[in-house]
Amino acid sequence: MAKTGAQILVDMLIKKGVEYVFGIPGGAVLPLFDTLYDSPIKFILTRHEQGAGHAADGYARATGKVGVCLVTSGPGATNLTTALATAFMDSIPVVAITGQVKRKFIGSDAFQEADVTGITRPITKHNYLIKDIRDLPGAVNEAFHIASTGRCGPVVIDLPVDITTETWDGAIPEEVNLPGYKPRYQGNPRQIRLAAEAINHSKRPVVYTGGGIIHSGCHKELLEMAERGNFPVTTTLMGLGGFPEDHELSLGMLGMHGTLYANHAVTECDLLIAIGARFDDRITGKLDEFAPRAKIIHIDIDPASISKNIKVDVPVVGDAKNTLAELLPMIQPAERKEWLEKIREWKEKYPLSYDNSGVLPKPQYIIEQIWEVTKGDAIITTEVGQHQMWTAQYYTFTRPRTLISSGGLGTMGFGFPAAIGAQLGCPDKTVIDIAGDGSFQMNIQELATAVHHKLPVKVAIMNNGYLGMVRQWQELFYKKRYSQTHLEDNPDFVKVAEAYGAKGFRVERKEEVRPTLEKAMAIKGPVVIDFRIGEEENVFPMIPAGKTVKDAIREGTFGGMA
Amino acid sequence: MRHVITALVENKVGVLARIVGLFTSRGFNIDSLTVGETENPELSRLTVVVKGDDATIEQVRKQLGKVIDVIKVIDLTDTPYVERDLLLVKVNVPPGKRGEILEVVDIFRGKIIDVGQKDVIIELSGTEDKLEAMIKLLHTYGIKEMARTGQIAMARGSK
Repeated sequence: MAKTGAQILVDMLIKKGVEYVFGIPGGAVLPLFDTLYDSPIKFILTRHEQGAGHAADGYARATGKVGVCLVTSGPGATNLTTALATAFMDSIPVVAITGQVKRKFIGSDAFQEADVTGITRPITKHNYLIKDIRDLPGAVNEAFHIASTGRCGPVVIDLPVDITTETWDGAIPEEVNLPGYKPRYQGNPRQIRLAAEAINHSKRPVVYTGGGIIHSGCHKELLEMAERGNFPVTTTLMGLGGFPEDHELSLGMLGMHGTLYANHAVTECDLLIAIGARFDDRITGKLDEFAPRAKIIHIDIDPASISKNIKVDVPVVGDAKNTLAELLPMIQPAERKEWLEKIREWKEKYPLSYDNSGVLPKPQYIIEQIWEVTKGDAIITTEVGQHQMWTAQYYTFTRPRTLISSGGLGTMGFGFPAAIGAQLGCPDKTVIDIAGDGSFQMNIQELATAVHHKLPVKVAIMNNGYLGMVRQWQELFYKKRYSQTHLEDNPDFVKVAEAYGAKGFRVERKEEVRPTLEKAMAIKGPVVIDFRIGEEENVFPMIPAGKTVKDAIREGTFGGMA
Repeated sequence: MRHVITALVENKVGVLARIVGLFTSRGFNIDSLTVGETENPELSRLTVVVKGDDATIEQVRKQLGKVIDVIKVIDLTDTPYVERDLLLVKVNVPPGKRGEILEVVDIFRGKIIDVGQKDVIIELSGTEDKLEAMIKLLHTYGIKEMARTGQIAMARGSK
């Protein structure tokens, strides 16, 4: 029987097991929404397309499944671009369907027309403009395949409205045929052997892991490997949760706001075993002085990530889980007493610490309390800025997929819609967005989405009345000239929450933190907690951009500190 | 160092834009880029001449390989290969210089493909160096217009 393009697409989404589609309707997708009206797919209407994209992304990060969003042409699609770029930078499987004007109008500057494949080309893993209904099924199959295999990423299908109404009765293919796309999952055995040799010869190894651990699901293999060889493990922001931070071999996060002991260990190590990480500038600081004494092994599924920023000695292209499984039996158990002792010394000398005196609650304290109240078993999403770094430092992540944060693009406004997606994907989990007052306002409209679906998402705002991270840089590097970072006219977040139909609480004293968190957790719907913290709170330690651990600024070592 | 990289790509709408966009967004400097159909109508061959250090060239190869529509990437630089560039150049013919110009064209084994009152159009194919050498000589007479295809290249022998 002949089906419309809309029916073909919706049927294929159902067959692929898509539970939720996030988005907003519009002119060019009316036929699709008409078809969705009768379908079992649950549509989550967000209040801005960016929110839809981040929600699909958050769903994907929390579940490991492909997140799907659907928006209209022109502004619908351009509003989605920040979310696509966010997913692209962090390698998140998302399929985005964008409406397009009728084929005959393409290129005519028609109403709500934008060159979506052109705009999204550099921020997607791949994209399609469907010009013939016969190409639609193949493109849908390929989009899901490309998004969720190899180094994952977002794929856009731009679909002209007249294709969604046209009918076709051809067979729907099951397989994909992409001669130019063959991700390599198995590492080269010779390279793995070389890696094992280097590992067995090293005296002072450090394992440096990223989001690849989470994507490939190899946290168990990583733990086994670390314990077998007594390797200290440090993770990037994206890698948090991939290795239990309460383990004695954990060094926590490295990089600009990482622990000093992680950064010292990387500087002193003789072998750096990088797994599913990409040597981002926020990790390396000054490139010439990053791991200067180390031989470098890099295991990554993306060959282009290897030797991109740092020359690697032993590259292994392959999936982290497969590669670690091959590598494990070749690793000789070792005590590495001297090295671990050195690390213990660094941990004692440079612990993460903050001054918990004063009346106002300290953000670090709030985050520790969130950990205690949730017993470390929540899904934490964050926005971007100081609160994100405090979360990375003070919430002890022990399980994969428990931190959902925009690492690569650093998108403010990400965390709240991502929390909505994560909550839908994991209905039994506690989901908390740790936010800043600046970030939260960038997608605050999604309160309506959370309220409508009665999602028990909690938002904990670390409210310092500033764009805090930018203010911190202005304090440290621009003589406290706070140019455009003071958010003097912030709204009353409690009233905003209430206006949307959510609950709101304000916390201005340290002793109110715990009871308020407990009260919030007991509420079944969305809750916003406005934690008032000091205006000039800073994130320490900090290695200034392009510098090394020797230049690290610590709590109390900077004269201008509040 | 100068590298000649060829890629087999799917002959689909938008492939060229994808590759040009990649070069721009990654900041790779290309000297020339050509695309044309191959013996298989479903495939095109892309030839890029790019200058850079080893690390840059490695990135060029890897990033090209990541494009879904790119099937195979080959850096010809370290293997025996031939390359050709095609040039059309319209040269001013000052009074009494026609013979001299013809001689230059002959030496380079070029062809005169159009003769006007005051100018001629010369066709020449060859390596970049050869073309540059002739262009240098023709500057003496005054070049009015010039068009080049950019390099195409192929590995020697059977593969």
